[in-house]
Amino acid sequence: MSVEVKTEQPTVITQSISNPKESKLKDFLSILMINKAAMVGGIIILFYIFIALFAPLLAPYSPYDIHLENKLMPPSADHWLGTDDKGRDILSRILYGSRLSMGVGFAAVLFGAFFGIIFGLVAGYYGKWVDSIIMRMMDIMLAFPGILLALAIIAALGPSLINVTIAVGAFSVPLFARIVRGSTLEVKRLEYIDAIRSLGANDLTIIFKHIFPNILSPIIVQGTLRLATAILSAAGLSFLGLGAQPPSPEWGTMLSIGRDFLFSAPYVALFPGLAISILVLGFNIFGDGLRDAFDPRMKK
Amino acid sequence: METTAEKKIILEVDHLKQYFKVKTDSLFKPKTFVKAVDDVSFQLFEGETLSIVGESGCGKSTTGRAILRLDEPTDGQIFFAGKNILELSKKEMRKLRGDLQVIFQDPFASLNPRQTVKQILDEAMAIQEVVAKPQRMDRMLELLRYVGLPPESLDRYPHEFSGGQRQRIGIARALAVNPKLIICDEAVSALDVSIQAQILNLLKELQKQFQLTFLFISHDLSVVRHISDRVMVMYLGKVVEIAEKKTLFDSPLHPYTQALLSSIPTLDPTLKRERIILKGDVPSPMNPPSGCRFHTRCPFAMEKCKTEEPALKELDRNHFVSCHIAENLPQ
Repeated sequence: MSVEVKTEQPTVITQSISNPKESKLKDFLSILMINKAAMVGGIIILFYIFIALFAPLLAPYSPYDIHLENKLMPPSADHWLGTDDKGRDILSRILYGSRLSMGVGFAAVLFGAFFGIIFGLVAGYYGKWVDSIIMRMMDIMLAFPGILLALAIIAALGPSLINVTIAVGAFSVPLFARIVRGSTLEVKRLEYIDAIRSLGANDLTIIFKHIFPNILSPIIVQGTLRLATAILSAAGLSFLGLGAQPPSPEWGTMLSIGRDFLFSAPYVALFPGLAISILVLGFNIFGDGLRDAFDPRMKK
Repeated sequence: METTAEKKIILEVDHLKQYFKVKTDSLFKPKTFVKAVDDVSFQLFEGETLSIVGESGCGKSTTGRAILRLDEPTDGQIFFAGKNILELSKKEMRKLRGDLQVIFQDPFASLNPRQTVKQILDEAMAIQEVVAKPQRMDRMLELLRYVGLPPESLDRYPHEFSGGQRQRIGIARALAVNPKLIICDEAVSALDVSIQAQILNLLKELQKQFQLTFLFISHDLSVVRHISDRVMVMYLGKVVEIAEKKTLFDSPLHPYTQALLSSIPTLDPTLKRERIILKGDVPSPMNPPSGCRFHTRCPFAMEKCKTEEPALKELDRNHFVSCHIAENLPQ
């Protein structure tokens, strides 16, 4: 026997041409476009990524070749940003350095986000004592000033760029864990989680298929903002001699070299410093813009 | 409606208790509990619709969640098709969940916003392994037809549908696993009145077609009147009255039910009905009144009501009331 059911006229059937996923992305981009600051931030980041990808093609000289006869030359037609104390071209070094700084930044944030997301999801979903244990561990990590924690980790592991990445990533873990836990708590009490539970889904499916995709926005925002901090921290640690070691064109290391010639040849320190500041600024304003774009209240 | 005696019991709830611990501000204070559901027993017969009514906070939704084991009950037993589901292992429970489905109140929160209708239905079938993969597409189209949605809906996301349409998707998801019992937790409360009627009629039709049993949780008496076979009234975590719909609406015995029913507005201005206005607020379930929980607001309360808790007694055929003075009340 068949049932007669009145079909209510679907109100949205008209927009059937556009793929819903695409239109959502379009919405998101249009909000991002309105925010001029975020656009500027995005352009800065894209510019740096372009430089990092094509550094060998863009750089006029090798970043390592020493020409002592050209040392500490001020900016000129041959060396646009001058040369350092060993006669190396600063522009070329900055271009190559973008790979190191951004690489460390992305790797550290990925590392921090990976563990932070897992801790946060587990703590938020299971609650009770699991939550208490994980979050108290995170609180202990947060109690250390970030740089101090990084120093301790590097003291234990030895100075190198990889260890700086681990150290900077490690102090991002609790920040991600907190945000993810909070969002998980919010999402897990929604009815669709109960619905999927009453269908008999297991915990892993619920956590990774139903909770995780719905808490991505705060993670992306946090990730972008953390990138700025991570790049800054990594440069700072290299400046202190704990990260990249001297011949490598890491911006923090270059800054550290320039420190000795701050009065006689300020450009040696100035340009790597500018490179860091502009990139960090870019990530910060882009992150703020993203946050606004993800905010449901911004939607018309 | 036929007599319930010869009907098969599908669900039996026996002395169900659900207490929630309340955080106290001091380590040394005794622990306090919210007694959301306190010693509730009832039976549900195959193919019927039993409604649970009561004001918010009376424990009706908590009862539904306990039956689904979304929250583990504090005490009591729940028998589904003869099995005590509270004793089932995680694996056995997972299997049983196909028979026991739920439709939620908020059609905007009950569907994952990042899944298309196709993914939602497919996942339900995959979890319960009810339909083999090659046949799922046909089954999905069939389900959409049952709930009155066009086949194009499959590739859409929940945000593209109206509230009533989303509720239909929720119903399709519940139907996807061939359930025997569906708990409708305020399933139409968030919808417009005209859409409510459509969804209620749909539920009734589906019930007929698939021999479904409904446990219908609602605060809306007109909805309850429309859909139920039997009605159970709850107050502060206790059952106060269970009866067949007609009996309950025509001759309620418990003073609380009478007050509740007198609050339904009538369309007939010549019909004079006394509205019973209860004094005060619902007492806190953290510290419920002694004796009969309703005595603080009952217009007929006696001394006995303050000390002695009334048991749920069958005062008439299939008409259970928990009240000391129900028999002597003015009708």
